[in-house]
Amino acid sequence: MAAVQTTSERALNRIAIVGVLIATIIFLAPIYWIVSTSFKPRNLATTIPPTVLFEPEISPFVKLVLRRSQLREQPTPEEYAAAPWWERLVFDGGEKVVRDGQGNVQLSGYPSRFVNSLIVAIVSTVLAVGMGTITAYGFSRFKVKGEQDWLFFILSTRMLPPVVVAIPMFLMYRVVGLNDTHLGLIILYTAFNLSFSVWLMKGFIDEIPKEYEEAALVDGYTRMEAFFKVVLPEAATGIAATAVFCFITAWNEYAFALIMTRRTAQTAPPFIPSQVGSGLPDWTVIASGTFLFLLPVAIFTFLLRNHLLRGMSFGAIRK
Amino acid sequence: MTHIELRGVQKWFGAVQVIKDLNLTIEDGEFIVMLGQSGCGKTTTLRAIAGLETIDEGDILIDGKPVQHLKCSARDIAMVFQSFSLYPHMTVYENIAFPLRATGMGKSGIDEAVRAIAKVLRITELLDRRPSALSGGDMQRVAIGRALVRHPKAMLMDEPIGALDAKLREEMRAEIKRLHVKQGSTTIYVTHDQVEAMSLADRIVIMHEGVLQQVGAPEEVYQQPQNLFVAQFVGSPVMNVSPAIVRSEGADVSVAIDAAVPGFAFPPELLGKLNGHAGSGALKLGIRPEAVLVSRQPQPGYVPVVAHIIEPLGSHDIVDLKVGAEILRARTPSGFVPKAGEAVHARVDPAQAHFFDTSSGKSLGVRL
Repeated sequence: MAAVQTTSERALNRIAIVGVLIATIIFLAPIYWIVSTSFKPRNLATTIPPTVLFEPEISPFVKLVLRRSQLREQPTPEEYAAAPWWERLVFDGGEKVVRDGQGNVQLSGYPSRFVNSLIVAIVSTVLAVGMGTITAYGFSRFKVKGEQDWLFFILSTRMLPPVVVAIPMFLMYRVVGLNDTHLGLIILYTAFNLSFSVWLMKGFIDEIPKEYEEAALVDGYTRMEAFFKVVLPEAATGIAATAVFCFITAWNEYAFALIMTRRTAQTAPPFIPSQVGSGLPDWTVIASGTFLFLLPVAIFTFLLRNHLLRGMSFGAIRK
Repeated sequence: MTHIELRGVQKWFGAVQVIKDLNLTIEDGEFIVMLGQSGCGKTTTLRAIAGLETIDEGDILIDGKPVQHLKCSARDIAMVFQSFSLYPHMTVYENIAFPLRATGMGKSGIDEAVRAIAKVLRITELLDRRPSALSGGDMQRVAIGRALVRHPKAMLMDEPIGALDAKLREEMRAEIKRLHVKQGSTTIYVTHDQVEAMSLADRIVIMHEGVLQQVGAPEEVYQQPQNLFVAQFVGSPVMNVSPAIVRSEGADVSVAIDAAVPGFAFPPELLGKLNGHAGSGALKLGIRPEAVLVSRQPQPGYVPVVAHIIEPLGSHDIVDLKVGAEILRARTPSGFVPKAGEAVHARVDPAQAHFFDTSSGKSLGVRL
């Protein structure tokens, strides 16, 4: 880059910055919409034009996790005064908290769906990345007969859209009793992510010079030890990137989750839209559910950002 | 005591044979340099000794025990790679300690050993750094430290200074020599640089296309090359090799390198030593540039020639002399031949002449 910019270069630069700003605003607008709606009072959620300035409320989140029903009659002032703060928020919305026979507060369907999503996404990511790394290492370092064919075969498992295999998978799962189980979804997502993980990790491991392992072998380690002590730390960047992608795929998956699960193992993606159809939709609650659903991926990616940005190996091999 | 022996080693890569019936014995404490062009099989041989490459036939013996079926870790051999291969996620200290950790040595023992070797290599102040923060020379010191720290039976070096720039290469060459003298470990060193080979080796092993060409002390390889390949590979500038036409008129024997010009005078006993090869015409004369003597005045035994190209190298000049259609390169004092095109006189030193059989390339071993 030139040390001194000409006037036209400076103008171009400014135009580029303005363009990027506009693009950023367009891309972030839906996220702003969701986040702002999840903090709005219910009556402001659907105003036209949209309300931009409002007093943020936490009530949508309270309503999100609690099971509620319509109030037939207003609570008495004593009842209202005796209720904890979160129950009052529900009363204010013209609803009441549902309790069981012992008077225990009932939770809505959302928390368990959220936990299901976490379990399925984390376990399937660990499995897919772990198995993918080992497979990729094998393909990268050893002569495998028909290597190209195997790699193509592995990739080809991803060529069919999930919807195509969903029905046969559903029938197979019904026979073996994996419908609506965590294990069923985990197996499905692991299998679906594995091909991607193998290909991505092969690229990363190919980049790690063979000499590192050879040095470790000569230094007195077995191949297994060399893999764990030298290859894995070097592949950390690749593993992080692959894990982020696998996690996002598993976390956001909708079609399989919709077909394969009903209650016990249902994840958040099919659950959130199902709430739109039940009665008059409370958009603030749906928005808060969506907002919470966005957080884990954002946090996960944020935690791994250093690995994602760091170069592969940093100059200990002279070429 | 470490004694390495290769017996009838053969190695194929697919249809290509990269090592052909290699036999070699390496004595304890010896510094062996394997010299050859890239692809000659020297690195493969080194990797086979280390256990990074399997061999198809033959035996590799360390202290009399066949090791060709053992894993690298069981051979107790250390290696320095051309790329250095320092683990980038570890500090210098951890890199050097890494081979000791494999042996299950205690923490204090490791610390002592790492600091001792760091002191020898003068890298103590670098121990906390990452390899990425090191210069090329320091990386190489660390790589050598990692190899030496556990006192292996033998040390293998694969072009360890090939990646450094010229000045640093010279410096590290001296350092490697110093270390070898100090530590006395059996070392096998692979290079394609004959200057490195000459300056470091106790014995040089020259390989070409998977075949061992000659093994010997540097001066032996230089002064008595066994074939044309060795003759032309060792020495800089390259040895002059031209067709030799032996003439004898009465008691005078001469060797011409071009039929149209007079020959260089040789002692009469040459004929006997050539042992019948003289008349065949299938003979080559090899003569190193320093054995070509140049005179500005005509002298007995000197042949008139023309200076063609002069390469001034500071300490001396390399002058291309035109002898008929052949070129003979001579090493002269600086500025001895003032300019190209000058008519001068030349002869060859018969004591430094080599005769080779053209078809086999083998030296006839003629010493005058």
